[in-house]
Amino acid sequence: MAPILDIQNLYKNYGTTEILKDINVSIEPGDFLVLVGPSGCGKSTLLNCIAGLEPISGGAIHIGGHDMTSVSPKDRDIAMVFQSYALYPTMSVAKNITFGMKVRGIDQKTQTAKLEQVARQLQIEALLNRKPGQLSGGQRQRVAMGRALVRDPKLFLFDEPLSNLDAKLRVEMRTEIKELHQRLGASMVYVTHDQIEAMTLATKIVVMKGGVIQQIGTPAEIYKRPANLFVADFMGNPAMNLIPARTRTAGAGTEIEIDNKGGAPIILRDPHTSNLPPDVILGIRPEDIAEPGFRAAQSAQEAECLVDMVEPAGADTFVLTHLGGKQVTARLHSETEAQPGQRQKLAFDLNKVSYFAPDNGQRLN
Amino acid sequence: MTDVTHSAARTQSRTGQIVLRWLLYVILCLFAVYYLMPLFVMVTTSLKSLEEIRTGSLVALPREITFDAWKTAWSGACTGIQCDGVRPFFWNSVLIAVPGVLISTLLGALNGYVVAQWRFRGANIIFALMLFGCFIPFQVVLLPMARVLGLMGIAGTIPGLIFVHVVYGLGFTTLFFRNYYVTIPAELTKAAKVDGAGFLRIFWSIFLPLSLPIIVVTVIWQFTQIWNDFLFGVSFSQAGTQPITVALNNIVNSTTGVKEYNVDMAAAIIAALPTLLVYVVAGKYFIRGLTAGSVKG
Repeated sequence: MAPILDIQNLYKNYGTTEILKDINVSIEPGDFLVLVGPSGCGKSTLLNCIAGLEPISGGAIHIGGHDMTSVSPKDRDIAMVFQSYALYPTMSVAKNITFGMKVRGIDQKTQTAKLEQVARQLQIEALLNRKPGQLSGGQRQRVAMGRALVRDPKLFLFDEPLSNLDAKLRVEMRTEIKELHQRLGASMVYVTHDQIEAMTLATKIVVMKGGVIQQIGTPAEIYKRPANLFVADFMGNPAMNLIPARTRTAGAGTEIEIDNKGGAPIILRDPHTSNLPPDVILGIRPEDIAEPGFRAAQSAQEAECLVDMVEPAGADTFVLTHLGGKQVTARLHSETEAQPGQRQKLAFDLNKVSYFAPDNGQRLN
Repeated sequence: MTDVTHSAARTQSRTGQIVLRWLLYVILCLFAVYYLMPLFVMVTTSLKSLEEIRTGSLVALPREITFDAWKTAWSGACTGIQCDGVRPFFWNSVLIAVPGVLISTLLGALNGYVVAQWRFRGANIIFALMLFGCFIPFQVVLLPMARVLGLMGIAGTIPGLIFVHVVYGLGFTTLFFRNYYVTIPAELTKAAKVDGAGFLRIFWSIFLPLSLPIIVVTVIWQFTQIWNDFLFGVSFSQAGTQPITVALNNIVNSTTGVKEYNVDMAAAIIAALPTLLVYVVAGKYFIRGLTAGSVKG
């Protein structure tokens, strides 16, 4: 199938400042693409470019197989949900939802039918005569979604739609958006700075930094095989441990030596990876450091570390230690007896580690 | 013992507060009297007969209330050789002020909408130049304006005066609307664009309905400016198109013989009434509109 959205070599400049550099993304119908990155990485600008609200400085945007590069927003067959919801303050909920149809000159009967359908779908029938000012944050969010849904577009665009909601509501609406996506099978592009939102919603994630795409992949790929140090650090909570280490070739595999605070260096063996440079940064997720005998993988290798701090978090207990001069977090089971200031045996699962070059931060394995 | 001292101190400070409060009221009353005095004198004088004005005190209440002076001021007082009172000039002012206010407000709203929501290259420079227009003294534009009005063929006419006031008011009206619209999130325009609305549709359906407070502010401001204007009125009018401010001056300055203070006062009050009325009717929106934007609605 042809991609529903295809962005080719897109550049965006404001004066002499490059905001977006050589962006290439394409998604298939039904995909849920999440653009994620820290503030100022250009993700919202990219979304505005897709919508046609910002002109682009180079490249092309195709939507549904048509070249939309210089087409105005209203003719791109898109609908957009904004961070501030952008509901028209003087219009009732019903008028907000039907405004687009009214502008397009769609007949009254169709308008009413579509309004009813969307209102039922989002359970906002009771709110139709209210003004946006009389709605709660969650209700406004729903109305904004209704305004997008009623257009039945080829592509939905979401610009951080959940960041103005409180934590609990955010999780609820996240689930609802995901359910909506599954039920409609619609194609969506979603901007967020929240990596958990990205992981839970996306079928495809684009991680951006400074206007450059760092990695494109499924949530699992991004999580397990981050392309560079930035992605490794940005995605996942708590973040991936990034530990400076020295390597030696040992047979078909590699021997890894890590400085250990208050003890002899730890030696770990990775039988699967070879040809690493002598100095690397070892990336290991907190859940791949466990307590021996509890949730630790068969092949995990044990080492004794000094515990700096213990943070119980209900289901898990996070244990902080120092390796290679960096703070390292291990995700242990909740009944662990690890105590601050004592030495604790930890099991490192080397099957899932990543190696990065210290100089340019690129992935090595 | 300490308790007693404490309560004594408290009573003392309470008495101090009451004294201060009363002192404040007295001062405020004095100021109020000071400001109301001229109005009082005007109203009472306009209700007295000439005879009583000559013999009585300036601040005394009228012994006998008569509306003769008002009648004369409205339809009989002489401005130079013409003796029709201020009535024709009052209507001239209405004919100048109403279209002048409406046009300058509408154009200001459009300008503000463009400068605040449709950013284009040089938008800030254009806005700065319009702002600069607010600070150009009236006298500076008199001669060039006379020339322009002459070229346009509307010198000495009411449309000419409307034109002058619209041009001179644009700086202020644009400033008001721009500052109001700049607080409206740009996402609103974006959402409407995605919905398919164009430039005028967005202005008409989304921005204008939001603008009541600032429209009221602008209308009051412009109406007061245009109604009270004297310099443009006297410079760019001719017999028959003079606004009421010019007529008032002529009545007061061109009387021969006995000065009819009661007629002068009545004419002055008539000239001032419309601006008072506008403020009383729309005043509460004025305060709201001035503070709008500083607080998020």
